[in-house]
Amino acid sequence: MSPEAYLILSAIIFSIGAMGVMLRRNAIVAFMSVELMLNAGNLAFVSASNTWGNLTGQVSAFFVMVIAACEVVIGLAIIVTIFRSRRSASVDEPSLLRW
Amino acid sequence: MLISKKAVHSALFVAFTMLNLAVLYAVQSAPFLAVSQVVVYTGAVMMLFLFVLMMVGVDSADSLIEEIKGQRVLAILGGTGLIAFFIFLTGGSIYRTVVGTQNVDATYGGNLQGLAALMFGRYVIIFEATAALLITAVLGAMILTHRERIRPKKTQGQMAKELFAKGDYKGPLPPPGVFARHNSVDTPALLPDGSIAKNSLPDPLVARGDISPVDYDDLAEVQIISEGLGLVSDSETEEDK
Repeated sequence: MSPEAYLILSAIIFSIGAMGVMLRRNAIVAFMSVELMLNAGNLAFVSASNTWGNLTGQVSAFFVMVIAACEVVIGLAIIVTIFRSRRSASVDEPSLLRW
Repeated sequence: MLISKKAVHSALFVAFTMLNLAVLYAVQSAPFLAVSQVVVYTGAVMMLFLFVLMMVGVDSADSLIEEIKGQRVLAILGGTGLIAFFIFLTGGSIYRTVVGTQNVDATYGGNLQGLAALMFGRYVIIFEATAALLITAVLGAMILTHRERIRPKKTQGQMAKELFAKGDYKGPLPPPGVFARHNSVDTPALLPDGSIAKNSLPDPLVARGDISPVDYDDLAEVQIISEGLGLVSDSETEEDK
């Protein structure tokens, strides 16, 4: 199967993720959208790896997965901390740094 | 995922998408990545998300008020533009026929062996950097979610003392008492000195005056009997007298 289909699917998933970050106000949902974007990148990596017959793409996808896991852990910890102090998970609320 | 009102529904949609991506990895001769996608993403990451959702914002629906004017329209326009841009890029790129990784896999003796050879060979420094990153992430999460105890934890005894120090009595009301000859609600409980325990009587009955009088002759009779049986020790009887 030609790689265009995978690349287009990856583009669509990435854009859905980007729109989720821009549209949704809930911090956790925005965060899930970031995960979706990372997944789209992974799909592009794997399909490139398959197209060129080179395993480097798969290794990159694996490293992206590891980094995504770290990011989720830290991000969710930050969200929980903010929720504890502000009682809200909305991205509009924490505006203390704004002058 | 974008338009579902509840965050939990979005999370389940994302988990479903991730499972589908795992299938696509498997199709594209990446079995190891397919399995780790299921284990890491749908298994660990999405369940962590659901856990935090349950803890934090399961009932917090998104507000529908636009904080920035025209943000929603711009976001949708930007998203569609992004799709169009990527598809344009895909269409403009030069394709070659799909080679497939079977040759590379064959040289190493399998997909997993090939990945291992790359990961512990050419990319071993990056691999070890990710180890450091993971440990830092774990420590960071622990520090971020750790709550410092400002005052020492109260024991159960301290909590009980505070509760009763306020004055309103929280314990059970006095039962009819040792020398009671009736257990109906209008019979007052007697304190050790023979006086009536006020809070053993229901307030409505007191207001109506429907309290049965204490028969002190009866009481004395009971006391004599119990002394005769040795039920009441000498010290106690002396105190009562």
